[in-house]
Amino acid sequence: MEPENLPAIRAEGLTKTYGSGESTVHALRGVSLSVPRGEMVVLLGPSGSGKSTLLNILGGLDSPTSGRVFFDHDELTAFDDRHLTQFRREFVGFVFQFYNLIPSLTARENVALVTEIARNPMTPEQALELVGLGKRMDHFPAQLSGGEQQRVAIARAIAKQPRVLLCDEPTGALDSKTGIVVLEAIARVNRELGTTTMVITHNAAIARMADRILSMADGEIQRTETNPAPCAPAELSW
Amino acid sequence: MIEFLAPLDRKLARDLWAIKGQALAIAVVIGCGVGMYLMSKGMLASLADTRAAYYERYRFADVWVPVKRAPSAQLAHITELPGVRRAETRIRAGVILDVEGASAPITGEIQSLPFIRGPHINDFVLRRGRYPDPVREEEVLALEAFADAHNLAPGDHLYAILNGTKKKLTISGIALSPEYVYAISPGEIVPDKKRFGVLWMNRDALANAFDLDGAFNEVVLLTSTGDNQEPLLEQLDRLLKRYGATGAYGRDQQISDQFLTNEIQELETLGRLLPPIFLLVAAFLLNVVIGRLVDTEREQIGLLKAFGYSNSAVALHYLKMIGVITFLGIVVGVALGLWLGHGLARLYMDYFKFPFLLFRAPPEVYLVGIGFCLLVSAAGTFTAVRKVVRLDPAVAMVPPPPPDYSRSGRWLEMLTRWIDQPSRMILRHLYRWPKRAAMSCIGIAMSMGLLIGASFSMDAVMVMVDISFNVIDRQDVTVNFVEPRNIRAVQDVLHAPGAMTAEPFRAIPVVLRNGPRTRREAVIGLAPQPELSRVVDTDLNPVVLPDYGIVLSDKLAELLAIETGDTLRMEVRTGRRPEVDVVVSGIVKTYMGTAAFMDLAEMNRMLRDDMVISGTYLLIDPEQADAFYRALKNTPVVAGVSLQEQAQNAFYDTLQDSLGTFVFFNTLFAGLIAIGVVYNSARISLSERGRELASLRVLGLTRGEVSYILLGELAVLTLLALPLGALLGYLLAWTLVQSFDTELFRIPLIINPSTYGHAALVVLFSAAASGLLVHRRIQRLDLIAVLKTRE
Ligand SMILES: Nc1ncnc2c1ncn2[C@@H]1O[C@H](COP(=O)(O)OP(=O)(O)OP(=O)(O)O)[C@@H](O)[C@H]1O
Ligand SMILES: [Mg+2]
Repeated sequence: MEPENLPAIRAEGLTKTYGSGESTVHALRGVSLSVPRGEMVVLLGPSGSGKSTLLNILGGLDSPTSGRVFFDHDELTAFDDRHLTQFRREFVGFVFQFYNLIPSLTARENVALVTEIARNPMTPEQALELVGLGKRMDHFPAQLSGGEQQRVAIARAIAKQPRVLLCDEPTGALDSKTGIVVLEAIARVNRELGTTTMVITHNAAIARMADRILSMADGEIQRTETNPAPCAPAELSW
Repeated sequence: MIEFLAPLDRKLARDLWAIKGQALAIAVVIGCGVGMYLMSKGMLASLADTRAAYYERYRFADVWVPVKRAPSAQLAHITELPGVRRAETRIRAGVILDVEGASAPITGEIQSLPFIRGPHINDFVLRRGRYPDPVREEEVLALEAFADAHNLAPGDHLYAILNGTKKKLTISGIALSPEYVYAISPGEIVPDKKRFGVLWMNRDALANAFDLDGAFNEVVLLTSTGDNQEPLLEQLDRLLKRYGATGAYGRDQQISDQFLTNEIQELETLGRLLPPIFLLVAAFLLNVVIGRLVDTEREQIGLLKAFGYSNSAVALHYLKMIGVITFLGIVVGVALGLWLGHGLARLYMDYFKFPFLLFRAPPEVYLVGIGFCLLVSAAGTFTAVRKVVRLDPAVAMVPPPPPDYSRSGRWLEMLTRWIDQPSRMILRHLYRWPKRAAMSCIGIAMSMGLLIGASFSMDAVMVMVDISFNVIDRQDVTVNFVEPRNIRAVQDVLHAPGAMTAEPFRAIPVVLRNGPRTRREAVIGLAPQPELSRVVDTDLNPVVLPDYGIVLSDKLAELLAIETGDTLRMEVRTGRRPEVDVVVSGIVKTYMGTAAFMDLAEMNRMLRDDMVISGTYLLIDPEQADAFYRALKNTPVVAGVSLQEQAQNAFYDTLQDSLGTFVFFNTLFAGLIAIGVVYNSARISLSERGRELASLRVLGLTRGEVSYILLGELAVLTLLALPLGALLGYLLAWTLVQSFDTELFRIPLIINPSTYGHAALVVLFSAAASGLLVHRRIQRLDLIAVLKTRE
């Protein structure tokens, strides 16, 4: 296959179980998917359906019980821990519901933490500019609002120019106005840098900004929809 | 089992399990403190009780009055003196012993047995064999330590030079005596079982040998004077003056008891100084661990209160946790204390010859130890528990904002401009929590201080021995004559094979008085510029003895409260017994015992004697040592010899055994403290900052890089602690030097660089070990679990 046509992420028959015997929990029951390059994908589904589990596995944070994950030509599921770390370091940006900033570092330094170890990063200033925080660069997390902290987290995730950006409920802790500002930052990165982006959300309204919507239930992908005309976050409301 | 517990107790059990490593570390530190306390106080009590019981049961004398020769009839007069409960006369003399297989001559003492058996003063304990047959002149009892050291059993023979005549003796029995609990030959510093022997012989036989028929040369007394012995001693001296009394003395100057008292004092010091250090560290650890646990559980505490748990119920929850840890510490401490105590008792049995010595700490020692422990726990956790009680549920439930690091100082920013982010995190964290950093630093420093304080004594004692044997007393052999002799006797000794150089000395018994202060002392008369047994000043430079007055050792001057240029009353207790005023013409340094010196010629002038000496210091040719010893053993005029090399070796052996063990355990304990402090700090940081570290891992930092952030901080603290630890060690050493300053020993405040280095190494090693433990936890950090929850 030509690299252009190769999906950014491909998964085959992923399962994940926790525990054993009677108390076994099937978090994933055979998930296959393929995410084309540059797409914005939204992952919907009720609580406990396995969204976070899937995202963590795709990002190399966790490993499946069975099944395989491909990233470009590499099989992630064949990597050992050191390679997974290396992989995350170079190719993946994560954003979580709780911002997980380092309190002892300023916004700029939080971003620099990543740019220092990445292979082809943008400058922390550029990254922060991109999320609209050019003016708050020297503030510590304690001096920023929740939305601002989340945008620093996004800047931190994209500063290394990752191939994929994985966001687990990035607006979960924010009000709708702030949430939209955060989503705009994500959409902008997706659009301007062409970063393949997956966003988990409970909020169906957000799905309207996606190219593709995956609906999960009970450890499986129930439905895949494509959205030919995604709208800008500013047009969303909830 | 956990199912049967109330929910809050289940939380307790799981929380405790989660911090089991830390809890154990604290318990061990508490245990070290309690164990040390139990050991030293328990041993102190055991030693004191055993001594008291032994002295009581075997009627250890209260007063000794040595004379030259007094008629037996004098006993009646002595008994009449007020304060005398009981008095007995005896014959006691120095002898040279010769045992099969021993090349060097052995110094010893021989005493007369009472005519009639039955309760006597200074009764001995017959361990094996039987009493000498009253009609068999050659039968003797031998001191157990000496007999054992030479494998002598009842029926074996040995030779003794009694008043110039060599006699073959037969051992009929082996005995112990309260007079020789610490069997040490006069003038030595450590007991050498092989080289000091004591024999008991039938009185008639001994009287014959020493020409003391119908006479005695020592009275021993039991008194009822209590502490106020001085008047009785004066009376005894006056009464027996005519018979050559050299000065009555009490238990405080009896050499065996002096050493015992010294040991008891040292135990007292150790028991007072070291356990508090451990308990202080334990309090500090509890403070840190519980304090920070409460901080991290703030929301849970708020929640419990919001649900309706009372303040006291929530506080009790944490008190139980503290209680469990403390209890564990006490258990460890009691076990450790008993184990160490029994070990120490065994070690002591090698030096202190009691009929029995059991380690038995009295109940109050346990009570006080445990009480201290509880006090320490309470003090350490007071603020944390108060915080639990005071926490307002509404406030606690609001999630805390991220800690504010914006207060970092400008200088820190300047400093950190050029370093990488992880290092910057380390510095900011330290700067943000300066009190925590300081506490950890002090904790580590304490362990290092303890190490230095414990091991410096080895350095100091080595120096003390080196100075004593190689700077002050440089002779190979000291020979004491039976009677004072003319200086020509030196030539006779020099004729012996192997004798190379000789320097005469004269020792005279005196009583020194400065106002109310009185000391019984032997003044040594020396050649003005001696080469062998020298006198050195406080800078260890040899001193030329002034041809007037008396030179005192620093300790003696301190005891007499006198300074150079002052006048001292000196009552000579031998020969014509002059009583004169002498000027203190100098003060010199000694580390062992007390001493007074005079110019030999001046001394003889004062005594109106011709050139009389009482012995000589010698250098001998090591090649011909055996021949020299053989000659000496057959020299009738010699009453005692002391051999420097053997004395030094005995000292080093003793040092290895006793001090070495002490240093070993302290090193172990200090290492445990270091581990306890570092491990706890690291674990707490890990639990507080797990989320931060997990985030970093998600961002793609490797495990090594993440460990660096946590452990780098500890490394900085450990490095900062080293100089502080060195200082604390110096202070502790200084304190120990002050409190070990006794009549018998002084140790110099000397700490080798290698001791600092060694302590630093132990601390670094302990820190590295705990760092490794925490590093392994970082390795296993569950990223997803940490990120899923909010704090
Ligand atoms: N460590 C674990 N041990 C046992 N079960 C687990 C563990 N982690 C997740 N699960 C289970 O796996 C299933 C999927 O969890 P996951 O976190 O992926 O759900 P989710 O779709 O992200 O839910 P939410 O929207 O609430 O975040 C759940 O049923 C959960 O209980
Ligand atoms: Mg989830």
